Amino acid sequence: MSRTYLTLLDPLTRLVGARGAMIVSAEDGLVVAEFLMENVKGSALAALAASLANRVARVVETSGRGAPRFMQLQAKGGSVFVAPAPADLILVLFTGPETAAGAARLEMLQAVERMG
Amino acid sequence: MRTVEPWVAEPLNAFVTESSARLTLLMTSSGQVVAQHGFAGALDVMSAAALGAGIMASSQELAALMRWPPFRIMVHQGRAQGHFLCRFQTPRGWWIGLVVFGTDTSLGLIQLFFDQLVEQLLAATPHEEKPREVLTADFEAELNASLRALFGR
Repeated sequence: MSRTYLTLLDPLTRLVGARGAMIVSAEDGLVVAEFLMENVKGSALAALAASLANRVARVVETSGRGAPRFMQLQAKGGSVFVAPAPADLILVLFTGPETAAGAARLEMLQAVERMG
Repeated sequence: MRTVEPWVAEPLNAFVTESSARLTLLMTSSGQVVAQHGFAGALDVMSAAALGAGIMASSQELAALMRWPPFRIMVHQGRAQGHFLCRFQTPRGWWIGLVVFGTDTSLGLIQLFFDQLVEQLLAATPHEEKPREVLTADFEAELNASLRALFGR
């Protein structure tokens, strides 16, 4: 696993309520790097998050809004944040309900910039 | 979709629906077809089964040569199409899944839903019947019965 990618994930995992962060290959839905809490199945989350990101991107692009920069799915138990990144990768963050969405968004967009 | 073993149909149907796989073939490690989805003809199925089992067998030999544990999954990925091969153990012996998928799904999703398929197959396998050996004497009859089940001919 690449040390560079793990370093990029580190600030995300320090967010209050963070359950895990991953860098995923957008096309394949495979894990490139991950920091996850125990009992979280990274491969399943990666595949589903990449599929979701690709579908949402298609919807947004079809509506003429360009490529999406950031996606958030909010549920009772927490949120999933997804941000497309360079080199056909996506950044995924899983959090509990206590995580501040603004802080998560900021950290993710900064991480994407560092990946560029 | 056609299956030789009726209890395979429901898990396989769920897999095909969820994964968006184009073609799916379940076979024993010796290349006997258990179920198929998406193949048009018997010849295609039998060829794909023989080739899939052959690829898996030769990769096991390669792993043994290198003193590695046997490979469980192999993937051939092209620009428009990918092939996913996975061997897994069942109460009926080692089986192999061959999945052909396109750009409307991903390798990650195929892997995810194939793992679920394996779990569902293991749960659905009737345990009372012992695995049958295919004897040379009744091989042709077995083959014809399988083809009738798979293609209704």
